[in-house]
Amino acid sequence: MTAGTGPLADVTSDSVPQWLRRAAGVNELWTFVILVALVVFFSIAAPDKFFTVFDLTQIAVNAAIYLVLGVGMTYVVITAGIDLSIGSVLVLAAVAAAEYNIHHGGATAGWATVAVCVLIALAVGTGWGALQGAIVATGKVPPLIVTLGGLGAALGLAELATGGQDPAGAAAADLQNSLGYGKVLGIPWLVVLAAVVTVAFGLVLGTTRFGTHTLAIGSNPAAVRRAGIGVGGHLVKVYALMGLLAGLGAVMWLASYGTTSIAGHSTDNLKVITAVVLGGTSLFGGRGSVLGTVIGVFIPAVLNTGLIVIGVQQYWQDVAVGVVLVAAVYVDQLRRRARERS
Amino acid sequence: MVSPGEPLLEARGVVKRFGHVRALQGADFTAHPGEVVALIGDNGAGKSTLVNVLSGVLAPDGGEVLLAGAPVRFSGPQDARRQGVETVYQDLSLAPDLDAAANLYLGRELLRSGLLGRLGVLDRAAMRREAVGAFAELGVVLKDLTAPVASLSGGQRQSVAVARAVAFANRVIFMDEPTAALGVVQRARVLETVRRVADRGICVVLISHNMPEVLSVSDRIEVLRLGRRVASLTAADTTIEELVGAMTGSLDQPADAPASAWSPEEPR
Ligand SMILES: Nc1ncnc2c1ncn2[C@@H]1O[C@H](COP(=O)(O)OP(=O)(O)OP(=O)(O)O)[C@@H](O)[C@H]1O
Ligand SMILES: [Mg+2]
Repeated sequence: MTAGTGPLADVTSDSVPQWLRRAAGVNELWTFVILVALVVFFSIAAPDKFFTVFDLTQIAVNAAIYLVLGVGMTYVVITAGIDLSIGSVLVLAAVAAAEYNIHHGGATAGWATVAVCVLIALAVGTGWGALQGAIVATGKVPPLIVTLGGLGAALGLAELATGGQDPAGAAAADLQNSLGYGKVLGIPWLVVLAAVVTVAFGLVLGTTRFGTHTLAIGSNPAAVRRAGIGVGGHLVKVYALMGLLAGLGAVMWLASYGTTSIAGHSTDNLKVITAVVLGGTSLFGGRGSVLGTVIGVFIPAVLNTGLIVIGVQQYWQDVAVGVVLVAAVYVDQLRRRARERS
Repeated sequence: MVSPGEPLLEARGVVKRFGHVRALQGADFTAHPGEVVALIGDNGAGKSTLVNVLSGVLAPDGGEVLLAGAPVRFSGPQDARRQGVETVYQDLSLAPDLDAAANLYLGRELLRSGLLGRLGVLDRAAMRREAVGAFAELGVVLKDLTAPVASLSGGQRQSVAVARAVAFANRVIFMDEPTAALGVVQRARVLETVRRVADRGICVVLISHNMPEVLSVSDRIEVLRLGRRVASLTAADTTIEELVGAMTGSLDQPADAPASAWSPEEPR
């Protein structure tokens, strides 16, 4: 038989240039280079001040919640979807947990109450996400609209439940002192939690069947359907995961700020989607990574600190991030078109 | 098991409508184990629709499909695949952002053993290994197995789709124009593979517009026109002119005898 000879050897023979060429094409690499360049720039521009103010722990604490939300958003965007509702879902989950806490001991509530509150927040987030996912899965309403409706509805429900005021006694002191301010080996619990979530779901995306199906659905849903994979069910799971992580974000928020901040989450979606896109995940679906999102979360954080240190108005951060975001999508679009022409 | 003379796959009077368009109007189809059957017909004759019905993608509006003599109603392509019926779609149906191995195993991923497998962790090494073998059989050289399918050439992409069907089919493979994007060498390889697969006792149904190719590779040829089978021919004693005549209807006798004399199938 002639068919079996040759190809086997060819597959591995010139793998080194291939590897190099591919490394240059990896999105995370470029984003990481930008992140490093920013750090280098700011440390040269303000050599004495940058690393003292640039307190990595503080930046990580601030980024922890966005990181958790960003992990979920990475999955959603990879399926060629989007979730605008995350800030409102976080608020609704926080309010639901807070209401229970208020009626079961308030600030002095015990661990049992804390545990129930955590479960409530996670359940509300997951349920809301699954509901949105089910509507997206019908294919009748685009995700943008489903979650825009979800954004309004979840916030409205939260305001109805509270009369629009952040209730007092939303979080137990036990929760705040542990997850909120506590540290393990000098690392804040919030950061540990965010890191665990990030690593776990990063591995799920990169190494499991669930992750592969998520990427495949974003790449070509018709092919996935023909391959016998339940696309609708998978979408429900992905949006439910996003909701679960928004619920977890609510717990983290209550733990670190002790209040529901009903009015304070209207731009969470923009911040998180920006981070995901900066991290190289394609808005057109099919491509992306949790690692990229981690880098994407830290770019605005470093910009923020850096601009303060060199004495530039930090509002420039919003301008800079906006410009970079549009540029990132533009490049993604160009690359996609180049690929289709080949 | 099917006895040699009995058809492995049969369609009887299949009807399929898309709104006002009647894509299939009582189409028949017969295929035997170990046979390469070419399904030919003009553009819009209903070939892809018939294949979609036979492979479970579309549910017929009328008529019946028999697999190994027993009536079947596939609930979907995965149901057909479970029963050993694979398809290479005209649009290939690949996920362009995934690599060739992931596409080969899409929906049938190999998992690690033990706890990791229980958690759904993929055995990528095994999938790549198997993929190399599957592609080698088709004479395809993929320089980088981890490259997304989108970065492959059209021919390589087509080979990935063919390899996927060949690797898993154990009864019937439908190939909707599997050689359309291929160069001379790869085309020969795919046709070689078609023969090899048929020799395993699998039935290969080939859709093609390339008449010399049809005559050289297939055992039998079924001709579809306007949603009906108008001829069923043995490749060995058929000419290109006869094929073209059956496809276009130019050999039809006029007036009330619609099919030509040599056609064993007389549409009513
Ligand atoms: N999903 C659909 N919706 C509406 N009409 C369809 C659909 N699929 C096929 N048709 C129509 O049914 C008829 C048969 O189409 P089909 O794709 O089966 O032809 P074909 O023989 O495969 O043609 P080709 O050689 O061009 O691939 C055509 O008139 C086509 O327009
Ligand atoms: Mg067709």
